[in-house]
Amino acid sequence: VSQSLLIPAPVTGADPVPAGSDPRRRWVLLAAGLVAALALPWFVYPPVAMDVAAMALFAIALDLLLGYTGLLSFGHAAFWGSSAYVTGLIATHYGVPFPVAVVGGAVFAMILAVPVGYLSVRRSGIYFAMVTLAFAQMVYFIGYQWSGLTGGENGLQGVPRRFFGIEAVETNSFYFYYAALPIILFGLWAAWRIVHSPFGRVLVSIRDNAQRARALGYEVDRYKLLAFVLSAGLTGLAGGVFAISHGFVALTELQWSTSGEVVLMTVLGGIGTLWGGVLGAFIVVMLADYLASSGHQGIDLVTGSVFVLAVLLFRRGIWGTVRHQWLVRQQRRAASRRSPADADPARR
Amino acid sequence: MLDVNAILQYTVQGLAAGSFYALAALGLAVIFGVLGVVNFAHGAFYMLGAVAAAVLLDSLDLTLWWSLLVVPVLMFVFGVVVERLLVQWLLRLDPLYNFLLTFGLTLVLVELVKQRYGVSGLPYRLPGGLSGRVDLGGVVLPRYQLFVLLFSVAVCGLVWLVMTRTRVGLIVRAASEKPELARALGINVSRWVTPVFGFGVALAGLAGVLAAPFRAITADMGDNFGIILFAVVVIGGLGSIVGAVVAGFVVGLVEAFGQAYAPTFAQILIFVLMALIILIRPAGLFGRKEATA
Repeated sequence: VSQSLLIPAPVTGADPVPAGSDPRRRWVLLAAGLVAALALPWFVYPPVAMDVAAMALFAIALDLLLGYTGLLSFGHAAFWGSSAYVTGLIATHYGVPFPVAVVGGAVFAMILAVPVGYLSVRRSGIYFAMVTLAFAQMVYFIGYQWSGLTGGENGLQGVPRRFFGIEAVETNSFYFYYAALPIILFGLWAAWRIVHSPFGRVLVSIRDNAQRARALGYEVDRYKLLAFVLSAGLTGLAGGVFAISHGFVALTELQWSTSGEVVLMTVLGGIGTLWGGVLGAFIVVMLADYLASSGHQGIDLVTGSVFVLAVLLFRRGIWGTVRHQWLVRQQRRAASRRSPADADPARR
Repeated sequence: MLDVNAILQYTVQGLAAGSFYALAALGLAVIFGVLGVVNFAHGAFYMLGAVAAAVLLDSLDLTLWWSLLVVPVLMFVFGVVVERLLVQWLLRLDPLYNFLLTFGLTLVLVELVKQRYGVSGLPYRLPGGLSGRVDLGGVVLPRYQLFVLLFSVAVCGLVWLVMTRTRVGLIVRAASEKPELARALGINVSRWVTPVFGFGVALAGLAGVLAAPFRAITADMGDNFGIILFAVVVIGGLGSIVGAVVAGFVVGLVEAFGQAYAPTFAQILIFVLMALIILIRPAGLFGRKEATA
């Protein structure tokens, strides 16, 4: 039975020269990314910029599972939404600075991910997607029914934004962006660190061939579970920041469509590319914002069509396509460099 | 405390609700068996079936009897179009791609219906012969629920007969259980891919027609339904046709009794059941051990 892969061109290992392996190129990309992150609220309405940042971390946390462990979670709204609620509740009831509330939300998401992940990793492939989707729907119903705590259909309203009494951050979303950005950047750094750690290598080997990893003595299910919990934690950080930024948590944060939206971002950016998620998030959030502000009614119509087209025609995603083209050029250049050398002796 | 009459009523109600799950899950299982596709849009097709029934009644005055005949045919054609236009291009790739494709399709279909028919429910009324209640020796039961139950059991039985007694059924079973072997024996499996997809979609549409008098007909009526369908096939064992039907009725019963005795937890119970099954029998009630890791 052949192990079918979701990723058209595996990121690590199979590519002869992974993009970004050139240290100079890596620093240039990193600097460009940082500048873009810092400059974003100058060009984009700051709350929207915050959405882009939070969604980017969300998409990258999903890619940690989808691209690097080979597990499509279609239930990540459970961790995004539950962290948003817990963050909102902590901020409302305890009056702590918002980063503390966000960390609380992320910890809750990780705790929730333990039983969900434990059950879900017992199935793989398409089953994993279905099971995570179903568990997320269960969490949705709990949020819906427990309206005394969550506000039910009305959502959790009036989430305060406290930050050591610094009024600029608490009231102005432009300054808030810079106060919350370190949390997002920490999440991105953690994802990058996980992927490039020995643990991340094991995850990739599980993605490529679970049986081989098992034969080599790795406890595959335990690795998958740990990846799931870590991904949920990063998702929780993003969801918490999102909740504080909006000052409001809607029930839709727990809904299946949110799970789908983040998958779209990851697919658009490129599965298994990590940073592609940032581009995917930027495009989807900006598109939704543009449609909403231009009075367009059917956002789902556009999102759904983009989804269908991306899956049909653009499976590598943006980052994946760029990297693929770059690799092709690199190989061609290497080949042309070799051929004159081969021809040399004949000329001599 | 234990009221036999009430329990019987909940049982019939649960089996009627389970009929929708069973029929639609049957379609999902057949599609998965032959195409290897988990159709995310199954809930949306169910919704389209109900909307089509309501529109037919409103514009052409076609009653439920006609809808039960016409809508599955329409949905079959629609399914064939979807398969030819979209699904077929991804059949050779990881099944997750078609899962994502049909997810996108779901968003589009739901939004289109929402824009065309609004968010408030479409009206539906039963033909005279099916409304009211019947008295079965002291137990009073809604006539329509009994009809739904009998009708869907008949359809499932018919599908069962086709699967086990005809050459087409033999091919479909062979194609779903051992596709390579079936191909090696000279059976053109690809020829059956499109009709089977259409057939599965028609079953979802049929479930929608049956549900039309029973549920609020809105654009998002299929959202939760579709997700519960996944729980149904996980419980029954994905790929098992019998499992899909049995689990469909079981989930219907859990839902009905849950709504009667613990309304807050009715929906949650279904997923708890799924969690228990994964814990005890990961392959599902009727599923075999996962072939591909």
